[in-house]
Amino acid sequence: MAGRTLYDKIFDEHVVAAPAGGPTLLYVDLHLVHEVTSPQAFDGLRLNGRRVRRPERTLATADHNVPTDPPSVPVADPVSRRQLEVLEENCAEFGVTLYPRGDANQGIVHVIGPELGVSQPGMTIVCGDSHTSTHGALGALAFGIGTSEVEHVLATQTLPQQRARTMAVTVEGRLAPGVSAKDLVLAIIGRLGTGGGAGHVIEYRGEAIRALSMEGRMTVCNMSIEAGARAGLIAVDETTIDYLRGRPGVPEGAAFDEAVERWRGFVSDQDAVFDVEVVIDASTLSPRVTWGTNPAQVVPLDGVVPSPEDAGSPEERDAIERALAYMGLAPGTPLREVGVDVVFIGSCTNSRLEDLRAAAAVAAGRRVAPGVRALVVPGSHRVKAAAEAEGLDRVFVDAGFEWREPGCSMCLGMNPDQLKPGQRCASTSNRNFEGRQGRGGRTHLVSPVVAAATAIAGHFAAPAEVAP
Amino acid sequence: MRPVRVVEGRAVPLGRNDVDTDQIIPSEWLKRVERTGFGRGLFSEWRDDPDFVLNRLEYAGATILLGAERFGTGSSREHAVWALLDYGFGAVVASSFGDIFANNAGKQGLVIVRLEPATLSELVALVVADPARHVTIDVDRLLVEVPDAGWRHGFDLDPMTRERLLEGWDDIGLSLRHEAEIAAYESRHAGTTPVARLAAR
Ligand code: SF4
Repeated sequence: MAGRTLYDKIFDEHVVAAPAGGPTLLYVDLHLVHEVTSPQAFDGLRLNGRRVRRPERTLATADHNVPTDPPSVPVADPVSRRQLEVLEENCAEFGVTLYPRGDANQGIVHVIGPELGVSQPGMTIVCGDSHTSTHGALGALAFGIGTSEVEHVLATQTLPQQRARTMAVTVEGRLAPGVSAKDLVLAIIGRLGTGGGAGHVIEYRGEAIRALSMEGRMTVCNMSIEAGARAGLIAVDETTIDYLRGRPGVPEGAAFDEAVERWRGFVSDQDAVFDVEVVIDASTLSPRVTWGTNPAQVVPLDGVVPSPEDAGSPEERDAIERALAYMGLAPGTPLREVGVDVVFIGSCTNSRLEDLRAAAAVAAGRRVAPGVRALVVPGSHRVKAAAEAEGLDRVFVDAGFEWREPGCSMCLGMNPDQLKPGQRCASTSNRNFEGRQGRGGRTHLVSPVVAAATAIAGHFAAPAEVAP
Repeated sequence: MRPVRVVEGRAVPLGRNDVDTDQIIPSEWLKRVERTGFGRGLFSEWRDDPDFVLNRLEYAGATILLGAERFGTGSSREHAVWALLDYGFGAVVASSFGDIFANNAGKQGLVIVRLEPATLSELVALVVADPARHVTIDVDRLLVEVPDAGWRHGFDLDPMTRERLLEGWDDIGLSLRHEAEIAAYESRHAGTTPVARLAAR
């Protein structure tokens, strides 16, 4: 018999019941909750007289909606304020640990899970948010769910699941200097397309993946959903274990050694067979910029805006034309000639300490171009505090960037950080959908260093191109 | 969930590939804590355009939405499903769907019909030729029909989703039938959880 994939191992370990003809009932080890997709789920519990089955497996924070002003500034929008209050009320009523706005542990749900050490290898992790795939970087099976499923997990600590198909994306060779995890995952999505991963769980492997830091791995797993995949996974290795050691949710001493022993098993067997295998050569990759309205519409920074003539089908032609019209771009324009109004460094894709360090190294001693608004939004209070301890906030502020409080912010523009119609933004987030960052806004996805260089140049640029 | 056996009525051809859930319901609508009233936000960024297909009189009151490839990708927001239902749609027909969207739809009684692109094009052509035509989606017999054109085509639905739609079953109730197994699993995996460890610090 062939060996098992990492996905199969985690799945098999969590089977509660496998009724004939129906989906498998899978146990959920960790349920992360935020203000946007949970109110209707808690309401459902109340209506049916149910409780939260395992509050000690549930962790809540406020992230999507929170303003990035200092916590002393009240939430101006009454609808947002109400949603944040409802989260507090629900967590108090049902006994769920909550890190609200301003708390030292608050932050974007996918940033705090790993940094607090509550997301661990071999776990099943769910959250009412599609970028839950981020936690797969730790060798956990982590995926997004809808509000009905949030209610289901709150009530039963389980989820009915069909086994997914498996895909191995093997990234051979090494990334060149200046090419980041973000460029890699944008290239992968460009290759797979927005639907290429549908129905699959992707395991990222190969030399370039093993060489990534834990934070880089999170960036890659984070965007699995943009290729349509349910989840992304990376096998446990020394990088994983070093990352987890000493985090608050992780056991200490002998219990840690025992946990490590178990965690080391969360790798695919040598002879495991995947349903689909894709191989990518890392050494050929360069920085990427999206030009269109989905993350697969991506080209190298050295490239030009594509033309409808390049389309392989009438539907694709239509999609390119529609995207060009929305983005206000002409075919054949070099990306380096496209100017921006706003730069956003943040989101669960790229708002961790390593991202901020990389962006700050580019910003240091330079100035944001006149007329460009540049925001840096750390992923969590812990990230913010660590960055400030290193003086990164000063570097950014001196260079003319805004240094703000943690949250999702301009990734989805639910708080006041929004693009105005027609504004063009270089963003380290994960979605360039129409209107994602504000109605009529135009989003280009890039890495943190390209974002920082673009803020300084005023148009898309690599760090080497901006004068000190 | 209320049972759903048949969805019938006018169909509106939206077309467009990669209609993501941010398009179906923009994030400004996600601040609400209620489950109803999202119909007004459906495709709200497109509805300002008087020529947008949902604004055309001949499609008023449609109950079936015809998409294209990869309908409902992106964000997990179930609000997208609530908005479609609240607007009056009972079914979405497309050649492929975002996984989480399709899952959410099944839980709320929005019928998801996958048709091959060529078959979908035939259906769209019939509807465009005569928007007043009735289309029927039969969950029991797994058929899409345009009775006055004599057109019909089968579709697949996993048996569990079909049964849940037909019976109007609530997933939580179904899962709680396995209470003993859940409890047994938990006793095998007892111990301090990371969240408990964190909260104790
Ligand atoms: S940062 Fe963006 S993608 Fe990540 S959880 Fe927040 S809204 Fe979603």
